[in-house]
Amino acid sequence: MPAAGVVMIIAVVLIVAAVVFYLVSVILALRKITTGLDDAITGVVGIIEKSAPVEGVVTTINKNLDAGVDLLEGLLVKKAGMDDAVGLIDGLYPGAGAEGLRNFPESKEVKPLRISEVYTKGTLTLARLGREAPIAAASPNGPALRNPAYGSTAARALYPEVRQTRPEVMPPSPVIGTDSPIQYDPTEEVGGPRKRMPAGSERSTGADARAV
Amino acid sequence: MILEWIGDVVLLIVVLPVVIYLLHGVLKAANSIVPSVRSIAASANDGSADLDGAALLATTQDQVIKTVESAADYGGSLDVILDDA
Repeated sequence: MPAAGVVMIIAVVLIVAAVVFYLVSVILALRKITTGLDDAITGVVGIIEKSAPVEGVVTTINKNLDAGVDLLEGLLVKKAGMDDAVGLIDGLYPGAGAEGLRNFPESKEVKPLRISEVYTKGTLTLARLGREAPIAAASPNGPALRNPAYGSTAARALYPEVRQTRPEVMPPSPVIGTDSPIQYDPTEEVGGPRKRMPAGSERSTGADARAV
Repeated sequence: MILEWIGDVVLLIVVLPVVIYLLHGVLKAANSIVPSVRSIAASANDGSADLDGAALLATTQDQVIKTVESAADYGGSLDVILDDA
């Protein structure tokens, strides 16, 4: 065999060897890819199976929540009126009053009352439950119906008129001693019932008495 | 004879390097896909694991239904107790 033929055979063998080596390497790489894709498919199938009922469940939840919102909105508007309802919502969630109520498009036109500035939540609830009073029904641009900083007088007014509204006119504590302005006779005072001073009496006596 | 030597030279100097270059490119591309596929598989498995809590939506659904029913009952009571505005 001539030398040129031998060299050609060697060259062809080298080419074939290179092709075999690289093709086997590519096959191994493709097998790794296949394995990885199988894992990915398994995960994706799990995602599909687990997320399949989500739409139905979420739809049901939204329907129930919508029904609840409809119920509560309707009840609030029915019981509190549109103005107070929007004012209450805006007081609890600032800015929410501008969005209005979902089932009451006209509520967007209502200017929220300043309920939260005037009354606390507890006071608002009590007032609403107890008297159905149109609290904060005055113009939002006007003064507050109740000053929250000095609002205790309003609560005191709920109790008997003894000391709550005019503590300054209550009779002062008695001055004791030999030089006290009022001298008590021990023969009359000892053993007898204590005198009860009614509220508002003896306003002009005592050092702390002030003109009313 | 000269043509045979020329063919040998062409095989060794031109054809063999070109074949090796092309096959090396294919192998490099195939190997570059492997980590990407593995990361995709890992992400899919993590996503599937994250959705394990989706089964709890059924409980949430039941709780929402009960809550709305309670709110409806409470609202009905309030509707009776309170006067309308």
